[in-house]
Amino acid sequence: MDCRAASGTLGDAMAEVILRLHIERKAFPTNSGELPVLGTIDLALGAREIVALVGPSGCGKTTMLRIIGGLDTEFAGALDWRGATIPRIGTVFQEPRLLPWRTVRENLLLAQRTANPQLADELLHSLDLAPFRDTFPRALSLGMARRVAIARAFAIEPELVLLDEPFVSLDPEMAARSRNLLLNVWRTRATAALLVTHDRAEALALADRILLLGDRPAHVLQEIVVPPMQRSR
Amino acid sequence: MFLLAWQIAAGLAHSRLFPTVTAVLSAMAQQTMSGALPWNLAITMGRVAAAFTLSMVLGSGLGIVMGRSRWLDLWLDNTVTVLLNLPALVLIVLIYVWFGLNEIAAIAAVALNKLPNTVVTMREGARSLDPALAEMARSFHMSRRRALRHVILPQLAPYLFAAARSGLALIWKIVLVVELLGRSNGVGFQIQIYFQLFDVTLILAYTLAFILVAQSIEWIVVQPLERWATRWRR
Repeated sequence: MDCRAASGTLGDAMAEVILRLHIERKAFPTNSGELPVLGTIDLALGAREIVALVGPSGCGKTTMLRIIGGLDTEFAGALDWRGATIPRIGTVFQEPRLLPWRTVRENLLLAQRTANPQLADELLHSLDLAPFRDTFPRALSLGMARRVAIARAFAIEPELVLLDEPFVSLDPEMAARSRNLLLNVWRTRATAALLVTHDRAEALALADRILLLGDRPAHVLQEIVVPPMQRSR
Repeated sequence: MFLLAWQIAAGLAHSRLFPTVTAVLSAMAQQTMSGALPWNLAITMGRVAAAFTLSMVLGSGLGIVMGRSRWLDLWLDNTVTVLLNLPALVLIVLIYVWFGLNEIAAIAAVALNKLPNTVVTMREGARSLDPALAEMARSFHMSRRRALRHVILPQLAPYLFAAARSGLALIWKIVLVVELLGRSNGVGFQIQIYFQLFDVTLILAYTLAFILVAQSIEWIVVQPLERWATRWRR
């Protein structure tokens, strides 16, 4: 395994960089002042690269994803997108956040800017959800609802997918199955992806690179390039 | 069962102050044939529809804005509470005194009585909107219109139905008082006339017709619509 400093050289998957992120500082206001969450972090992300952010719970991984996803703009630093335009970003939140009053298929179609039912159906098929396309989310298990959220993120034909602990609290068997289904989708629709996880085995199985983050305020402790033979894909 | 008990009891009492079911039904038929019952019922229904629409539209809009804006909520909360606790009769009398015994004043009096009820219910709905779903809509760049239709309104639907149901129940009652005090037609006015004549049969005939219409709206419109809107819960 190749371990190096955060500012080290980039791998083949990074030939085309779509995002350069520089976070100087991010803090949340509190009654007694402010709580620093993120320290200095630099990240360059390749167009077809999967980078895993691994660190202890509450260290600021999700905050980092929210900044990249444009949901939190109050931070000191800069997001530099290739071509200066923000790419389509598909987000998979920690909780599936499906609309309970819409069917599985409608949840995908509503996320698309222009309805593409064929793509929605293909994704549902790839993620083993085809029989449940007309089911309301209430009838789904947590693992299935998480897969619907993954399908929804890919349904917008994203250039970047943000995955916030997408398999947390699933039993190991279901988590492994869901990981394989995600990889099936990723193989045919390769995008850049940022995966937040605290499971190092999961990061090794999925990612090209792993950023190990230290506790609050989060900072990069180590960058690990995962050799291709160690990855599941 | 209730009707049978009523028929037997009224037959035994044999009083013009406690008419039998058949006498009431016969009076209803006679008033229908003469056109008086459908005419007065239609006038009352028109007032109910106008007051209901007005109070639901204004009350929902105000309630949602108050639920989302802390500043506006603080500013208007006392006014809403005063209106909520103000006796219906006081509001009706004051509006008639200030604006005259006319149709607009009558509808406004009914709507204003219902308004604070809708505001309070919809304010609770707006406060309970799930921020996680709003964030999801934002992350997928849903347009405001799409987010309103598919993310916000479905969350408000149970509150809208609660406000509509309690609103209808309140308006049915208040509209008759408004007609009794300041109009020269409608079911409320007719009941007042027959009260002065001590004609309980016709009072009950108009009351029964009114209850039948109110209940039909509940069964034919409100309940099926609510079942449809909340079908995903089943």
